[in-house]
Amino acid sequence: MMRLFGLIVLLWTLAVPVIAQDVPVDPRASTGGAQTLEDILRRQEGIAVDDQFRRDLTGDPEAAAATVDQLGTLGGASDPDLWRAIRYGTADITTQARGPAAKTLIQDGGMWWLQFREGPLLKIAIYLLGGTLLLLTLFYFIRGRIRIDGEKTGRTITRFKAFERFGHWLLASSFILLGITGLLSLFGRKVLIPAFGHEAFSALANLSKWIHNNISWAFMVALIIIFVVWVVHNLPDKTDLQWLAKGGGIFGGGHPPAKKFNAGQKLIFWAVIVLGTSISLSGLSLLFPFEFNLFGHTFSTLNGWGAPGWFGLADLPYPLAPQEEMQYAQLWHAIVSIILTAIIFAHIYLGSVGMEGAFDAMAKGEVEEQWAREHHSIWAQRVIDDETRRTGAN
Amino acid sequence: MKPFLIALVALVAISVGANQILTEIGFSTSTAGTSTGNVRLTD
Ligand code: HEM
Repeated sequence: MMRLFGLIVLLWTLAVPVIAQDVPVDPRASTGGAQTLEDILRRQEGIAVDDQFRRDLTGDPEAAAATVDQLGTLGGASDPDLWRAIRYGTADITTQARGPAAKTLIQDGGMWWLQFREGPLLKIAIYLLGGTLLLLTLFYFIRGRIRIDGEKTGRTITRFKAFERFGHWLLASSFILLGITGLLSLFGRKVLIPAFGHEAFSALANLSKWIHNNISWAFMVALIIIFVVWVVHNLPDKTDLQWLAKGGGIFGGGHPPAKKFNAGQKLIFWAVIVLGTSISLSGLSLLFPFEFNLFGHTFSTLNGWGAPGWFGLADLPYPLAPQEEMQYAQLWHAIVSIILTAIIFAHIYLGSVGMEGAFDAMAKGEVEEQWAREHHSIWAQRVIDDETRRTGAN
Repeated sequence: MKPFLIALVALVAISVGANQILTEIGFSTSTAGTSTGNVRLTD
């Protein structure tokens, strides 16, 4: 019995140093818990540093000198303590401003947004828009202008009524101006100010902002008009599958049958409607800051479904600070706009130089009968049949 | 081309109109974050 007891004591005494070694050594013991040179170097290299160790270092009222004593007025908080509290959003701030974001003096969570906006976002815009223009130029040289294959008839048929063309041109002119002024704002600080100086950019930015903010309403009105007048012609059906299977006959010739709009145009239509609506909503949330919180709500719903997990991602951030809402709205607004602009580049190309006879549809509302028979055979036949029936009845 | 020209007129009308309405109701994006209500800006 004694021997067993002796063994246990021996094992215990041997184990104690091992257990002691398991207690983690404070990596910041040398600085008394403050950040180390290593932390600073890591941050400068852009490596993530877990700042949990200093988030709560915001002073200890318990350790404070009495307020009547010298240096006692901050309640035990040094200046760095106070700045940390402000930075990590735990400082007790009182202000007369009554905005939702008035009490956020330093928004630490916004740094990634700022860096993304002045670097990668500009690159996305350049590569996507420049790449699309390059591809279209290439397409023009390889495929050339899509011509009317058959003999022209000299007869025309009506394709769009005046109101449809009005809606289209309202949409087009507002979109183009929004695109130009939006890009002016996006590239202001990094490109235009260095190139033209603050004075010149300031004047330009003021004008550009006025145009962008106010023309947005014309775009939204036009989006509704276009949706209402064209949605019936853009519902997907069987002819679309056939059209897509043949790649629209873009290469290799031939014209797969199509109704009023072919599958390619339907894709453009729905891209304009869906992306255009999304741009409008995020734009409204930017125009009326802090009024509509689109992202926090969406993120919490997606987290509720476990959606980020489907892609092996961590939960999306929730709840969001007021500024974070605006930052997500800004990025979303910009990225979706850039994508739609790239799509619209292709549309403008095909609606003008890219295809013989297409522009007439929007300019005059009338198209060459042969063009209609080639590109929209089912629709053309129906219009011509209706016409003959009408004139025959007279 | 007439619908195009009318669209341009509508574009200007809607934009100026929208701006007018927002100004009329005293809305401005910049006031969402700042206010001169409680500060004395001049002597
Ligand atoms: C100068 C610029 C533009 C030109 C020359 C142009 C030209 C055209 C033409 C000729 C059509 C009729 C195609 C047909 O008869 O089948 C059309 C249709 C259409 N346009 Fe444009 N457009 C321009 C800008 C825009 C913009 C900026 C948008 C939207 C933001 C837009 C949205 C649409 C839509 C949704 C249709 C119907 C579907 C389609 O044909 O793809 N257009 N456009």
